[in-house]
Amino acid sequence: MKILVGVKRVLDYNVKARVKADKSGIELANVKMSMNPFDEIAVEEALRLVEAGHAEEVIAVSIGSSQSQETIRTALAMGADRGILIETDEQLQPLAIAKLFKHLVEKEQPGLVVLGKQAIDDDSNQTGQMLSALTGMAQATFASKVEFEGDSLKVTREVDTGLESIKVQMPAIVTTDLRLNEPRYAKLPNIMKAKKKPLEIIPVADTGVDVSSKLSVVEVNEPPNREAGIIVSSVAELVEKLRNDAKVI
Amino acid sequence: MSTLILVEHENGQIRPATLNVVTAATQLGGDIDLLVAGSGAGAVAEQAAQIAGVSKVLHADDAAYAHELAENLSALVVKHAQGYSHILFAATAAGKNVMPRVAALLDVSGISDIIEVKSDDTFVRPIYAGNALATVQSADSVKVIGIRTTSFDTASATGGSASVESVDAADADPKVSFVGQELSKSDRPELTSADIVVSGGRGMQNGENFSMLDEIAGKLNAAVGASRAAVDAGFVPNEYQVGQTGKVVAPDLYLAVGISGAIQHLAGMKDSKVIVAINKDEEAPIFQVADYGLVADLFDALPELSAALDG
Repeated sequence: MKILVGVKRVLDYNVKARVKADKSGIELANVKMSMNPFDEIAVEEALRLVEAGHAEEVIAVSIGSSQSQETIRTALAMGADRGILIETDEQLQPLAIAKLFKHLVEKEQPGLVVLGKQAIDDDSNQTGQMLSALTGMAQATFASKVEFEGDSLKVTREVDTGLESIKVQMPAIVTTDLRLNEPRYAKLPNIMKAKKKPLEIIPVADTGVDVSSKLSVVEVNEPPNREAGIIVSSVAELVEKLRNDAKVI
Repeated sequence: MSTLILVEHENGQIRPATLNVVTAATQLGGDIDLLVAGSGAGAVAEQAAQIAGVSKVLHADDAAYAHELAENLSALVVKHAQGYSHILFAATAAGKNVMPRVAALLDVSGISDIIEVKSDDTFVRPIYAGNALATVQSADSVKVIGIRTTSFDTASATGGSASVESVDAADADPKVSFVGQELSKSDRPELTSADIVVSGGRGMQNGENFSMLDEIAGKLNAAVGASRAAVDAGFVPNEYQVGQTGKVVAPDLYLAVGISGAIQHLAGMKDSKVIVAINKDEEAPIFQVADYGLVADLFDALPELSAALDG
């Protein structure tokens, strides 16, 4: 069985996003970019399923600019077998990304697709669900545990009231939540080896997929700033302020 | 123009999140219809008809809707989507599971987690953990939208007198089934709708110490939350997590205890009316957003606070 994993190149989670002066988006020139943290968890889960004998091959897929090759190389260094980059310089919406993944699903016929539940740049949380809807593959989102049961998966999901478990027939799509696993670090020899692993680059136009979108970004603004508050010197002063000034208790 | 809203409910009660979505729909204008999917959830449909501003309640009663399986709910919404200009979901774990499916099945972009309605086609949504706000405009024939519940007031649960109409179920997906759930048992208010939230971070050191926060929460009728660090460390379960990828809260008072204030945590609570931070590290970033900061060891401050609340 093959596993397809999505890896997105995003602004590193430790770097504060700054809005561009012309309000067209976020400043991404000369800042540290990394693999979306949820996608690291996805790669890790796929590798563990191979190590447990449930799958044979992990294919790391990215959709983005040429620089996304670095993100794929990171996945290869973690242990993925090969990579595919669908290259585009456009900022695609989740619907277009899901359509491109569907194109790859038809081509590669994976038994499982593992994606991060959301990317920390646009915070959409859509692609996995859309891919499921477009392909008819079952979806198990926000996964915190994945167990094989014959040709099905039992997936424990993080929901607002606690945990829920569902059973999905494979082929299926899993999106990862934070507690699914702790991703490994790539070791130096594996980083060297990853440079020799196959990485196929497909220009987006060659896929024949319609990636146009009717959703456009009008402008991007800084959020309103919170006024700096005061430091109180004691619990008694804090309680007094909350009771008499803020009147919230 | 008309809007369809998927109602969220559990144990025969409409979740408060749905009332926030109704308010967002009111801002769009036009008729507001609600879709109740459930198994024996007639009482929920009757409650939905009482919500102020609702024109019509569509009620689908089928065993396939006993649990919130995204495949079945999205098929139902799409089956009844005809004629609506907007389809709205709460941006809850349940709503986020269904909304993108509906958008994809209708071949339109989904619009996640909006915090403001500018017009019937233009919306504001936070990106980059709330460090930027994107104004987006949709030219799609139907707008499929997730609503951040804390950004919209709660519509009145009574005062309406909508009609209730039974509608056909959609085909259930045989590839997915519900197995079970582990729900948190708490007599505290629900985290996302509580007036006061008391949250703990890594500084709490272990799960047992959260009992100190429980004690204070009990005195304030508050919900208890946590930072990702505290959840990852196993101090408290996942549903406590406040932040970019957990729950977003905007209570009247947010008390952050032993939380350093990573941007991912701030994303989930910085719209709170009053923020209090208790942390022994005066350099902690949480103090930059706090209205009242107390630089103190939480193991001294919490017992003192608990005692002061009795006075």
